[in-house]
Amino acid sequence: MKILVCITNVPDTTAKITFTDNDTKLNKAGVQYIIGPYDDYALARAVELKEQLGGSVTVLHVGEADADPQIRKALAIGADDAIRVNAEPLDSYFTAAQIAHVAAENKYDLILMGRESIDFNSGVVHGLVGEMLGIPSYSPVMKLDINGTTATLAREIDGGKETLSVSLPLVLGCQEPISEWKIPNMRGIMTARTKPLNVVEPVSGEVLTSPEKYSLPAPKGACKMIAAAEAETLIKLLRTEAKVI
Amino acid sequence: MSVLIFVELDNGAVKKTSLEAVAYGAEVAKLTGTTATVLALGKADASSLAQTGAFGAGKVLHAADEKLTHENSLAYADVLAQAVQQENSKIVIISKSGLGDAVAARAAAKLKAGIVSGVTELPVINGSFTVKRSIYTGKAFSNVEVKSDIKILVVKKNAIEAAESTGTAAVESFTPALRDSDFQASVGSVEKASSELSLTEADIIVSGGRGMKGPENWQPLLDFAKALGAATGCSKPVSDLDWRPHHEHIGQTGIKVAPNLYIACGISGAIQHLAGVNGSKYIVVINKDPEAPFFKAADYGIVGDIFEVLPKLTKAVEDLK
Ligand SMILES: Cc1cc2nc3c(=O)[nH]c(=O)nc-3n(C[C@H](O)[C@H](O)[C@H](O)COP(=O)(O)OP(=O)(O)OC[C@H]3O[C@@H](n4cnc5c(N)ncnc54)[C@H](O)[C@@H]3O)c2cc1C
Repeated sequence: MKILVCITNVPDTTAKITFTDNDTKLNKAGVQYIIGPYDDYALARAVELKEQLGGSVTVLHVGEADADPQIRKALAIGADDAIRVNAEPLDSYFTAAQIAHVAAENKYDLILMGRESIDFNSGVVHGLVGEMLGIPSYSPVMKLDINGTTATLAREIDGGKETLSVSLPLVLGCQEPISEWKIPNMRGIMTARTKPLNVVEPVSGEVLTSPEKYSLPAPKGACKMIAAAEAETLIKLLRTEAKVI
Repeated sequence: MSVLIFVELDNGAVKKTSLEAVAYGAEVAKLTGTTATVLALGKADASSLAQTGAFGAGKVLHAADEKLTHENSLAYADVLAQAVQQENSKIVIISKSGLGDAVAARAAAKLKAGIVSGVTELPVINGSFTVKRSIYTGKAFSNVEVKSDIKILVVKKNAIEAAESTGTAAVESFTPALRDSDFQASVGSVEKASSELSLTEADIIVSGGRGMKGPENWQPLLDFAKALGAATGCSKPVSDLDWRPHHEHIGQTGIKVAPNLYIACGISGAIQHLAGVNGSKYIVVINKDPEAPFFKAADYGIVGDIFEVLPKLTKAVEDLK
């Protein structure tokens, strides 16, 4: 079983988002970066599948060198080697084209990633990669088992879930409870230092969308407090003032 | 050249979020001096399709093949790409959902189209084509220029006010070529809580957190939700503990919702939870701790014990009727 896990390098979920350079760049000062939480689930499941079935887990990141600590962390969690495509991930289409290129060269049985990145929340890279490779893609996948060349998976659909059986190779966007986040242990951290992290240059790819300017939501007005003893007043206000019930 | 809108169906009827996408598409059609065409797949209710006319659709292409009734993003993307070619469409509109993103992605790769997902406003078209989208899970926005010839916009709920007028759309049958390779997966069990309102469609959501203390205590919350005609949600620890089903988990790592009214009961308001609800029009917080961070994001708040407050609220809603 050859598994590729694609990871994003994103601001921590508690990061305060602000912009600089006339609102054209994210202000990275004081922002801590992490592996995307959904990608972390994908990685954890990949490592479990490898332990079960043998094979290898390769981590792939499209991005610049500042992501290397997060890539090392993925190696410490249990990936065998890593590839970093040395390019700014400019848009979904460009990023997917880089992933598809690496995937086509190395022929993986399974390509896992998070259901979406938590910076841009598009949730489209798995579908783009699947189509570029001409193989099926499913998301969000909450359960995954492999039997020979068949994957059995459960995915979330609107208001519920369904199970599917489908032949490998596949591209899957993952979310909990596919696995639980893994924390690297000491041995993992030590061995990660010497595991290969191959930096490759991007293939030429088109960028179809580009951000022009960023902005923040308008600040929220003050919260109107209602005494618990007069809770019914809330219902009146929701009807007459907010007009939402 | 028409603007093409891909709609999702629920038991043959066009979903409410998709009707919003139709209204959005009709506005884009006005901006670009063309018409709006709806694409609907699988078994559908003819009157529901025609009703898209009341939201601005000129016509509906209906691919009625039974094979397309079951949700299948691979086949849907294939059919969408064929419809884009037949209509010579340059702009495709889809409402944001797991299925919407998946269809957008695979169709984009076929059509070499730029995708903008999470769109919150109408585009600005003057030489260039720019559209505003939500990023960082609702913490910020980005104005994005789309440079490709064909453009796919995946639109968030409440991006525009979708006003229903009168009018019906003409329904034409559409017979795309279907590829066997899109139907390889065999579907096992489908668990769908059909009686429940889906969170992404709901106008009102009542949501419970760890403050509810245990699954056996949910009844007052369910009663309140029922009185309001609301869907129910929960925080991550609640679904992790199996107090509530996983598909109710709202937040950064769960479902993102944008109802008109979100009522949080015994939820502290951690930043990862807020990330899933910050698209709501109004937020009500009920929490016994006056320092709970959720109050900072709320429009209305009650400091009090949830189990005392909820029955009063339920009664007040029932008294309205
Ligand atoms: C990477 C990451 C992703 C995450 N994603 C999500 C996510 O998607 N969604 C999510 O929800 N969380 C998420 N979390 C977890 C999040 O940080 C919080 O731990 C979680 O939201 C807390 O849930 P809660 O508010 O139900 O529980 P608590 O924080 O324990 O809050 C319970 C609240 O109930 C109140 N309360 C207690 N008893 C009563 C009573 N009788 N009456 C009224 N109020 C009462 C308390 O005052 C308290 O404010 C994520 C965390 C991480 C690190």
